[in-house]
Amino acid sequence: MGSMFRSEEVALVQLFLPTAAAYACVSQLGELGLVEFRDLNASVSAFQRRFVVDVRRCEELEKTFAFLQEEVRQAGLTLPLPEGALPAPLPRDLLHIQEETDRLEQELRDVRGNRQALRAQLHQLQLHSAVLGQGHGPSLAASHTDGPLERTPLLQSPGGPHQDLRVNFVAGAVEPHKAAALERLLWRACHGFLIASFRDVEQQLEGPVTGEPATWVTFLISYWGEQIGQKIRKITDCFHCHVFPFVEQEEARRAALQQLQQQSQELQEVLGETEHFLSQVLARVQRLLPPWQVQIRKMKAVYLALNQCSVSTTHKCLIAEAWCATRDLPTLQQALQGSSSEAGVSAVVHRIPCRDMPPTLIRTNRFTASFQGIVDAYGVGRYQEVNPAPYTIITFPFLFAVMFGDVGHGLLMFLFALAMVLAENRPAVKTAQNEIWRTFFEGRYLLLLMGLFSVYTGFIYNECFSCATAVFPSGWSVAAMANQSGWSDAFLAQQPLLSLDPNVTGVFLGPYPFGIDPVWSLAVNHLSFLNSFKMKMSVILGVTHMTFGVVLGVFNHMHFGQWHRLLLETLPELVFLLGLFGYLVFLVAYKWLRVTAASAASAPSILIHFINMFLFSSSPTNRPLFSGQEVVQPTLVVLALAMVPVLLLGTPLFLHREHRRCHSRRRQQPDKDTAGLLDLPDTSLASQGSDEEKAGCPGDQAEAEFVLSEVFMHQAIHTIEFCLGCISNTASYLRLWALSLAHAQLSQVLWAMVMRAGLSLGGEMGVAAVVLVPVFAAFAVMTVAILLVMEGLSAFLHALRLHWVEFQNKFYSGTGYKLSPFTFAVEGE
Amino acid sequence: MTAHSFALPVIIFTTFWGLIGIAGPWFVPKGPNRGVTITMLVATAVCCYLFWLIAILAQLNPLFGPQLKNETIWYVHFLWE
Repeated sequence: MGSMFRSEEVALVQLFLPTAAAYACVSQLGELGLVEFRDLNASVSAFQRRFVVDVRRCEELEKTFAFLQEEVRQAGLTLPLPEGALPAPLPRDLLHIQEETDRLEQELRDVRGNRQALRAQLHQLQLHSAVLGQGHGPSLAASHTDGPLERTPLLQSPGGPHQDLRVNFVAGAVEPHKAAALERLLWRACHGFLIASFRDVEQQLEGPVTGEPATWVTFLISYWGEQIGQKIRKITDCFHCHVFPFVEQEEARRAALQQLQQQSQELQEVLGETEHFLSQVLARVQRLLPPWQVQIRKMKAVYLALNQCSVSTTHKCLIAEAWCATRDLPTLQQALQGSSSEAGVSAVVHRIPCRDMPPTLIRTNRFTASFQGIVDAYGVGRYQEVNPAPYTIITFPFLFAVMFGDVGHGLLMFLFALAMVLAENRPAVKTAQNEIWRTFFEGRYLLLLMGLFSVYTGFIYNECFSCATAVFPSGWSVAAMANQSGWSDAFLAQQPLLSLDPNVTGVFLGPYPFGIDPVWSLAVNHLSFLNSFKMKMSVILGVTHMTFGVVLGVFNHMHFGQWHRLLLETLPELVFLLGLFGYLVFLVAYKWLRVTAASAASAPSILIHFINMFLFSSSPTNRPLFSGQEVVQPTLVVLALAMVPVLLLGTPLFLHREHRRCHSRRRQQPDKDTAGLLDLPDTSLASQGSDEEKAGCPGDQAEAEFVLSEVFMHQAIHTIEFCLGCISNTASYLRLWALSLAHAQLSQVLWAMVMRAGLSLGGEMGVAAVVLVPVFAAFAVMTVAILLVMEGLSAFLHALRLHWVEFQNKFYSGTGYKLSPFTFAVEGE
Repeated sequence: MTAHSFALPVIIFTTFWGLIGIAGPWFVPKGPNRGVTITMLVATAVCCYLFWLIAILAQLNPLFGPQLKNETIWYVHFLWE
């Protein structure tokens, strides 16, 4: 089908919804999720739209739902997820839901209030019984005696005449953190006239407000003197103590205690009943609330969508404008017919022409979705322009793998992604909430391909956890070199480093058939070889990638019928790019094929040739690569420079000529009806790629705004961007070399410092085996953390940048918007 | 240590990736994903073949050889060859 190569065709449709069936139709459309409504009442404020009352009712209901949900949550219960299909309720059902909800809310509030009051009462009773029940020591033993206390004064009061005063008591309870302060204040204010005793209550009592257990402190103050009594009462009031009446006689106290205990038992029974009723109400809420929430959300969405429709002049039907994929139009017809026939009327839908750019719709499956996602993260494509995503499926993992190449690391990444892919249908995996896990899980197919390609590039780089494997025997022979150069043991002992010379016969026996020769991993100068190899590889891959991007632009021009751009833009661009950097690739390949070791001492330097090419000079010490090079190079440079004015002036002048031709033609036939053709309107920045620029004459004078200066400006920017971009983007691809070098070095350091050090520990085998366990653990942890996660993220980012900037700026504009259909489905469900 | 030819790997790998990239698309079953699958096959073949080709061409005519430590030379010479 090829529907992923560019956006699907999207049409603007007009819906005529009879008022009786409008709600049902829109509800059905929401279930299907086919169309995106356009707001026809944009100039009307939210408070003046037609269905604002209904929307407000839904919102009030949602507020009540939020309260109920909070209550359920506070009680420690959870709401189950709603099951089954729940269509939006009819307006008459709304009343029923509203009544039920209000009743539940009222009941909950009442029950909670009651429970609160009962708990407070219970708390008081418990405090009182604690106060009465506490014994306060021998200092108050005198309280056991009946009769007036004047007979046996407790204390030698300072003044004799006061001996006839009665001892009074103040008993109460105070919060523990205030007890010390209370005691101090009492002593300061009235010492000498009272005895205060503080005791902790043995059991913890639950506070009525917070429900948290706290240990209260009971106190018993015996004092004499009326003024002291008043002082004490003021102090206890100030500390918010609970003061209870204290009877001196033991019997009375015991009777009071019994009564209190009876009362508190009855109260606890009532409290139990209240809790039971509360849990029943909460259970009802748990059962009824989730489906209501879904239904009211759908209803509100339907009314918000209906608010976007305009009312026809006869007030009999609503008119809606919506974007719909052309492929879905029959389904849309059917759906409308179905839902409106129940009301006995029929809804009509027909297509209307549109001037604006339609939204972009690209259907993806679970494999292609992540690749489309990374393209859309840069920008959603314009309507019907070429979509880079299908090519990105392969080139992105490939460029990642070039920067990450290692068999071992690639295999680990592949296995991790494979595990995620095989487990993707498990419900536990699908409903996980951890953000970081979800990010990795959404990109599991991306990781799968990245790992697979990394294994391949790892084999080519000949790196497996930084060690080379000799799958085939090496193509370099040390024995041949040693025998022919007379390397005896004594000679070797003197020279720490010796080179193998490819000029000596028998030393170099041919290129390694798959990848880099393993001898290089033993060499001290391996970076000299690898750097040269990787830099040239980066340039070749970069020029190829960019050329591919320019070629993709051809499909855009063809689709939109802008044939002039093929000749005036694509051709000059290709000549410029290939004439300069394609030639560089040619030089690299030529040198690889033709310059042998025999002439290694005088081998030409590509870099110097390339620099001299631009400077139109030559270096005498640098011999030419091929005959005729001194003619070919200046020709190419002149050709490329000649393409610049073509690129700069070609398209604007052509469009200007077209515009003038249409103008003169229209002036000759003023009354000719040119309707039916789309315009050739402003060819400025915005619509450069739009399908309005089909060949044709302007139908309306006002629309044919062809501002030459704007077109020139745009084209100048494009030219400069392309030409300078060619150079800078080619250099930018060198990051492929840089990152692969960094990865190789990091992994080599980790191997040499950790694993090899562990493996080369001397000692008995048993000891070495035990020591290897933590050594391997350290190696594994650092491999995963540094090489897989950090380097992986880094290579991912750079591969992304190469795609977004260097590849896509050759053909992609990314200034469209997605078709977001009106649907009841919530993100993430 | 052993002689490697250049022509044989070129023939083998060109055939291999050619089969995948040129012959493979003919065998992709018709369906909604045919276009994407063909694109994937061709892109994989081009990328992987190009990468392998660069690696072998870079080693075809080496201008300098590996510089080895004397211990390595002794080990490889006397224990391997």
